[in-house]
Amino acid sequence: MGSIWRTLDRRTSRDIALACLAVWLYGLSYGAIAITHGFALWVPAALSVLVMAGSSELLFVGVIAAGGNPIAAALAGVLVNARHLPYGLALPPGVTGTGWRRIFGTQLMNDESVVFALGQDSREKQRAAFWVCGFGVLVCWPGGAVMGWLLGGIVHNTSAFGLDTVFPAIILALVFPALRDRVTLRAGLTGAGIALVSVPFLPAGLPVLLALGAVITACWHSAS
Amino acid sequence: MLALGIVILAVGTYGFRLSGQVLRNRITIPARARKLLEIAAVVLLAALVAVTAVTQGHGFAGFARLAGVAVAGLLAWRKAPFIVIVLGAAATTAALRLLGVT
Repeated sequence: MGSIWRTLDRRTSRDIALACLAVWLYGLSYGAIAITHGFALWVPAALSVLVMAGSSELLFVGVIAAGGNPIAAALAGVLVNARHLPYGLALPPGVTGTGWRRIFGTQLMNDESVVFALGQDSREKQRAAFWVCGFGVLVCWPGGAVMGWLLGGIVHNTSAFGLDTVFPAIILALVFPALRDRVTLRAGLTGAGIALVSVPFLPAGLPVLLALGAVITACWHSAS
Repeated sequence: MLALGIVILAVGTYGFRLSGQVLRNRITIPARARKLLEIAAVVLLAALVAVTAVTQGHGFAGFARLAGVAVAGLLAWRKAPFIVIVLGAAATTAALRLLGVT
C-alpha cells in the first residue's frame, strides 16, 4: 500500500479522499431511504458491498418499495449497471489488477474509480488511483449506508438536507476536467440531451446507454 | 425472493464489470478507438449526471435538486475545491427546500 500512496500526487490523493467522503454522504441518504421504505439493515448493507453501484441499488430498493417484484427490480438494476461494460473497455489492461487480484479489482470498478483512473497520465498512476478510490468507496459506501439506516430511524425527512443532490454533484465535479476538451464536451452534452429526452419513454438505465450514440459526434470530428 | 434479487443484481453487475475488460484483452484496439472509448466513458457519466439531476423515475425531480446540480456545475467551472462543489450543491438544494421550493 505504501508504494501506491507514493505513486499518487498529493492533490489526487486529496481529491480521492474528498470523493469518498461525498460517497459516504450519498450513502447516508441511501440508508435513510432504505429504512423509510421498511427494509431491514441487512438489505442496504448486503447491496452496498455485493453490488457497490449506488444508482442501481436505489432503483432496486425503490422498485420493491413501490410493490415491484424483486427479480424484476434486480433486472432493472442490472440494466442500469450495463455502463460498466464500456468502462471495462475504456480502462487500459492491468489497471484492475492481474491474476487473482483482478477478481477483487473488478468489483472495485465504479463511476468514481473509473474517472480517477482515466484522469492519470501513467499506467502506474492509473492503477494506484483506481485501487485507492475503489477501496475508499468500498469502505465509505456501505459505511454511509449503514449509518444512514441507523440515523434514518431518528431523522425522518432526509431529503430536506439535499443529500439526493450529492451523487450528480460528485460525478459532475469528477468529469468536469475532461469536459474542458471541446470534442468531449460536445459529445457529453449531446449524450446528456439524448438521455434526458428518452427518460420518459424507456426503462431506467437505457437512456444512459442510448447516450453512447453521441460518441458518433466525436468520430465525425476526428475524421474531418 | 428479496435475497435472490440481491444475488441476481450482484452477479449481473459483476458480469458487466468483467466482460468489458475481457473483451478489451482479447482484441487490439487502435489509438484512435482508445480515445473514442475514453470519450464514451465521459459521455456515459455526463448522461448519468443529467438523468440523476433532472429526473426521478420517469418524471421531473424538481427544481431544488436541479438548482443544486447547476450550482455544482458553476463551482466546478470556477475550479472550486471538490468538497465545496459537493457541499455547495447539497446546501443549495436544502436551502431551496427550506424555502418551500420542491
